[in-house]
Amino acid sequence: MQKNLFIALTGGLFVLATVLMSQTKKPAAKPGGSGGLQASITRGKQVYLEQCLACHQVDGLGVQGMNPPLAKTKFVLGDKKALVKIVLTGMQGVEVDGEDYHGVMAPHPDLTDQQIADVLTYVRNSFGNKATAVTPGEVKVVRAANPAPAQ
Amino acid sequence: MQQFIKKEIFRRAAGITAVLFLSGLAGFANGGDGGGAKRQPAKTTDAASQLKLPSGFSAVTVVENFGRTRHIAVGPGGAVFVKLSKLKDGKGIYRLEDTDGDGKADKITGFGNFPGTGVAISDGYLYATTDEDVYRFKLNAKDEVVNPDQPEKIVTGLLSRHEHEAKTIALDDKGNLFVNIGAYSNACQLKDRTKGSPGMKPCPILDSAGGIWEFKAGKANQTYGDGQRYATGLRNCVALFWNKSTNSLFAMQHGRDQLHDLFPDMWDTKQSAELPAECMYELHQGSNCGWPYIFYDQLQHKKILAPEYGGDGMKTGGDDAQDPAAAYPGHMAPNGLVFYSGSQFPEKYKNGAFIAFHGSWNRAPEPQKGYFVVFQPFKNGKPSGDWEVFADNFSGGPEKAASGRVDYRPCGLAQGPDGSLYVTDDTKGTVWKISYKK
Repeated sequence: MQKNLFIALTGGLFVLATVLMSQTKKPAAKPGGSGGLQASITRGKQVYLEQCLACHQVDGLGVQGMNPPLAKTKFVLGDKKALVKIVLTGMQGVEVDGEDYHGVMAPHPDLTDQQIADVLTYVRNSFGNKATAVTPGEVKVVRAANPAPAQ
Repeated sequence: MQQFIKKEIFRRAAGITAVLFLSGLAGFANGGDGGGAKRQPAKTTDAASQLKLPSGFSAVTVVENFGRTRHIAVGPGGAVFVKLSKLKDGKGIYRLEDTDGDGKADKITGFGNFPGTGVAISDGYLYATTDEDVYRFKLNAKDEVVNPDQPEKIVTGLLSRHEHEAKTIALDDKGNLFVNIGAYSNACQLKDRTKGSPGMKPCPILDSAGGIWEFKAGKANQTYGDGQRYATGLRNCVALFWNKSTNSLFAMQHGRDQLHDLFPDMWDTKQSAELPAECMYELHQGSNCGWPYIFYDQLQHKKILAPEYGGDGMKTGGDDAQDPAAAYPGHMAPNGLVFYSGSQFPEKYKNGAFIAFHGSWNRAPEPQKGYFVVFQPFKNGKPSGDWEVFADNFSGGPEKAASGRVDYRPCGLAQGPDGSLYVTDDTKGTVWKISYKK
């Protein structure tokens, strides 16, 4: 009984601390382009429907063994530069949470900085994800470091 | 305002603490390990009764929750062998024996420390594949593996580039081994699956993949040079079967993906969900089925020039390419094929084909489709009449099927010596035995 009480109380304190800390964090980086975060998400959803949905699916959970999920993975929620690079240069073969995915993701250098910023902001705020926006400026920097090869 | 926010945070946090505290108590009441939620009685998922079968048929599960069970083979004595694409306890092949006759495996042994998809039995040997090699094990008269730790390597060094990488196999009765070497590409574009990238002509992939290769079933350490390309122009044929009633090889091709994604001006999402057909081919030495230059449009009943090669959705092509024996709706992913030669099932099934459709992903945003085992009637060695769904509801219901978030995905098929049909699922690792009683 005591053990359970202890677990419950420490768990509660941990949650309390997390909630307080998250409130004291500075607000999310202002999304670039026009219209703020919500507008970027709305535009990004359109890009997702046209460019991403076929493989990553409506719910962002991907396809077993082929196309990786976009929900709550470090690839989506972690380093934004690495995430932008995946969109610009493509990807094949990745392990997510112990599962291998072999699908081929084509590079998308044809998308504008704004479109990539919007779609990644959408993905980072959908499917249960909650993360800061990606700005066109951030995309621009990664694009400059990874020029698209000739067809 | 600041004050209000702090109050609100405290109120929420207090609420969460209370919930955690109560769940801790619930855990105590259930045995004191704090796992209150886990202590609820397990929801029974009855994989056997979930399948919808024609009247007179019933299913039992041989095993459940067994991992990535891909293809399956049954020995003459009734022992079942499943190949796993991910090792389970370090083993990639499992022998499942039912010693008491209730259909369920009660004697289970693992061997073969390699993952893969293909498995087949022929002439006293069990053949099993990785994505690069084919091995075989000697079986004794009781379907037992004689040297489980010493397989003989029959074929080695086949191309695997992590797209259509599964090597699947079939054997004839003349000592020949047929291996599917899938194309490591969707449509042989210069850049795979990339909008605007042209198709390569000639497609260099066809030299070493995108076809069925023939090797000797009993010769060790063969490589490409020892075999021959038996059939070409086949994108990926996970389902292969040597049909003894026609004395020929049958294959189910996974048709190309992404007509709409890559060419939105030519195909809308609805057309792209249905096209191209998943095709059944009867193959012979030298067969060419046309990939990547053409695809089969089952609505127009024509071989259509692929858009990467100048097609517009209407222009036909591939005059030298073989027509399919039968065609099915797009993207349903035929992964298992068996021609029924038993006498347990009703007469109409004799010499017809069962096809396991793993289920689609490339139909989004349209509803996904498949997740069932189809029966294709045959007459005089040719498809005769419309296909019908034989075993349904692997998905767990229409909504799950439409979303693709399904319970089970049928993959491998095999016929047992008593005429029962075995089906594997590679999502949870289920093996069903389907039997018929008048």
